[in-house]
Amino acid sequence: MTRKSRRLWLVVACMIGLGSAAALTLNAFSSNIVFFMAPSQVHSKPPPADRTIRLGGMVVAGSVHQEKVKDAPVAIFDVTDGQAAVTVRYEGILPDLFREGQSVVAVGTVNPDGTFRASEVLAKHDETYMPKEVAEELRRSGKWDPRFGKAPDAASWNTMTAADNAKKPATQTP
Amino acid sequence: MNPELGNFALALACCMAAGQAILPLIGASRRDARLMALAPALAVGQMIALITSFACLIHAAITNDFSVQNVAANSAVSKPLLYKITGVWGNHEGSVLLWAMILSICGGAVALFGRNLPSALQARVIAVLGGVAAGFELFCLTTSNPFARVWPAPMDGQGMNPLLQDPGLAFHPPILYTGYVGFAVPFAFAIAALIEGRVDAAWGRWVRPWAVAAWCFLTCGIAMGSWWSYYVLGWGGYWFWDPVENASLIPWLTGTALVHSAIVVEKREALKIWTVLLAIGTFSFSLSGTFLVRSGILNSVHAFANDPARGVFILGLLALVIGGSLLLFAIRAPQLTTGGLFAPVSREGLLVLNNILLCSICAVVLTGTMYPPFMSLLFGKTISVGKPFFDATTIPLAIPLMVFMGFGPMMPWKRAQMWPVLRRLWWAACVTAVALVVATFQMRDILPVLATATAVWVICSSVADIAERLRLFRQPLGQSWQRARSLPRAVFGAALAHAGVGIVVLGIAGMSQAAHRIVEVHVGQSEMLAGDSWTLTDVKPAEGPNYTALVATIEVRHNGRLITTLHPSKRTFASQHQTTTEVAIHTNLMADIYGVLGDKHGDDANPTYVLRLHYNPLAPWMWLGGLIMALGGALSLSDRRVRVGAPRRAKTVDVVVVQ
Repeated sequence: MTRKSRRLWLVVACMIGLGSAAALTLNAFSSNIVFFMAPSQVHSKPPPADRTIRLGGMVVAGSVHQEKVKDAPVAIFDVTDGQAAVTVRYEGILPDLFREGQSVVAVGTVNPDGTFRASEVLAKHDETYMPKEVAEELRRSGKWDPRFGKAPDAASWNTMTAADNAKKPATQTP
Repeated sequence: MNPELGNFALALACCMAAGQAILPLIGASRRDARLMALAPALAVGQMIALITSFACLIHAAITNDFSVQNVAANSAVSKPLLYKITGVWGNHEGSVLLWAMILSICGGAVALFGRNLPSALQARVIAVLGGVAAGFELFCLTTSNPFARVWPAPMDGQGMNPLLQDPGLAFHPPILYTGYVGFAVPFAFAIAALIEGRVDAAWGRWVRPWAVAAWCFLTCGIAMGSWWSYYVLGWGGYWFWDPVENASLIPWLTGTALVHSAIVVEKREALKIWTVLLAIGTFSFSLSGTFLVRSGILNSVHAFANDPARGVFILGLLALVIGGSLLLFAIRAPQLTTGGLFAPVSREGLLVLNNILLCSICAVVLTGTMYPPFMSLLFGKTISVGKPFFDATTIPLAIPLMVFMGFGPMMPWKRAQMWPVLRRLWWAACVTAVALVVATFQMRDILPVLATATAVWVICSSVADIAERLRLFRQPLGQSWQRARSLPRAVFGAALAHAGVGIVVLGIAGMSQAAHRIVEVHVGQSEMLAGDSWTLTDVKPAEGPNYTALVATIEVRHNGRLITTLHPSKRTFASQHQTTTEVAIHTNLMADIYGVLGDKHGDDANPTYVLRLHYNPLAPWMWLGGLIMALGGALSLSDRRVRVGAPRRAKTVDVVVVQ
């Protein structure tokens, strides 16, 4: 085994290793990336039914209630970004930090009827924390700009959304 | 008074670290023995100063000194003593101080137990460690001083995040940090070797024990972190591919590669440049890991402390350390000579393959972790990459890695023939084939089946390796025993660590078959899961030291026979307006029975409770396997060869444990 052929072996092995890693990565990226959407985006451009997305926003105060489907409890609540609200159905135990009027991220798919079927609901460890995506969406929709003070608190969120919905009944969830 | 003493000790340590970074380097280049002799003295001095400083912070926390802002923000009078102590590193400032203290202990360890090193090399290694330490201590002093006072002092502290009030958290961060920081020593060795322009077999022999020690701690730390999230977060999962978890996995992967490639340097003087690069890379990833956690650049459930302002300092420090070391590498690496020849089919060849596969996995995990933040930074798109991505990319790369792992330890060095190796592994292959068939009938998906088979293969081939070396069953047992006594412990350590990997993978494959149900029941109602009957018999309130709890009693029966009684609970912490879920787990080592109490619904007269019930087969094996891997590493550290050159100082690396 000469030095040259040994080196060739090494290069080939490296190429195979990194090549398959790259191929696997690209393949997984094409099918497994999860996009973040705000409720208003879900309304304007509903994703295909098989596509998993992350829905983020504030939980509308007073919207949380329970239903029982075949012995399994289902939590139902509305998530809003101040412009539109989406009804989320989640079969499971809501996280400890889940609160009405606070930010939440739900992972799941959009049903044909416009409701959201969550497989996972995330509330952050820190109760004052707002997910980056939610904050960004609030800024974009003009509800809150971080440059002008603190985030609106839970109570004002509720009224804000109610006022919006009164103005724009079309965006209210069925 | 005490906090000021701590602050002073920290500043003193920073000054000593700066001296430690500069003077020995000058001494080593001028061959000035006096300047070089300063290195160990300064390293030990810095270690003592930082331990003092850390002790002062713990003292302030124990004595409820709420004039210290850090204590006021993270502690409270009502907190139990254990959590007052562990709370010290449960927050940003304290954890940076802990990090710096562990780094100084590493420096002290090199000073105290590295006396058999050539003095110039030792001086340079200590100098590099001092430079990194000085950076971190400056960071601690300027941007996140744990001793900052607050005036007027509040009567009571704000208390700690209740999620952190857990015995698991008492030991997880220090062990994980010891692992992270431990890789600073191989890094310092690599930089010192680059400055000297010489890497030889002796260098490989010196650097390997340090790498193995750090690797053991990192393995333990990751396993404990996974265990913590399994029983504290109460989601029934053990690994979430969360950026912070990945930040610990990435240095583990390169560190594992380093531990293996250093063997080739030590035995065959090959792969030298690559090993130096791995040592630099592993510590760079460790540093970046801290950076990711501390700056909150990645959106993560672990980001307890989000403060981008500090990120700038850390970013500068990272750029300096990583950029500087890579620059030095680029300048000096071409001068390092390449080593001995070997055939593709040989021990070296398989170790190279191990490195390629581990680094491919590392690249994939790194891509998956860094892609979302880069996308949001560059294109403003918010995306996330989760478990499906990592499963689809890492498992196909891990399976060939496991297959080759079985052959590796049996291969002779330099040039090997496949046939004799295969002949010695025939029974392991048979057992694997049986496992493959059994798993195909038990599991539906292809990946868990393959994982199970390869895990069995790794365990069996490790056993076969040892049995072969002992000539077990081919010679009388007495002679095998004699052979076992003369066999280096490193061989046993390697086999044990490999078997540990197999056990971890079996646990993961078992967990892929986990079953769970979410039910809403009245008290007295029964539900079935995985052949067991779960009955909620009672729910009643209870008082804790700083919380109130609702405790459920669930009886689990199998065919009418009581297996266990679970007591999951929900705790409400008044001072933080927060509730936490306390999971109840019963394990028989083959499976975990895992119950979570959820919300209460309905009126008080006839309430229903949401329960989440999990049946997790082989779950404990994941952490047990991690522990076995670390034990394997520790066993190979106790090898005679590690102690050679320092025969009177038996405990070469154990100092890291003392802390």
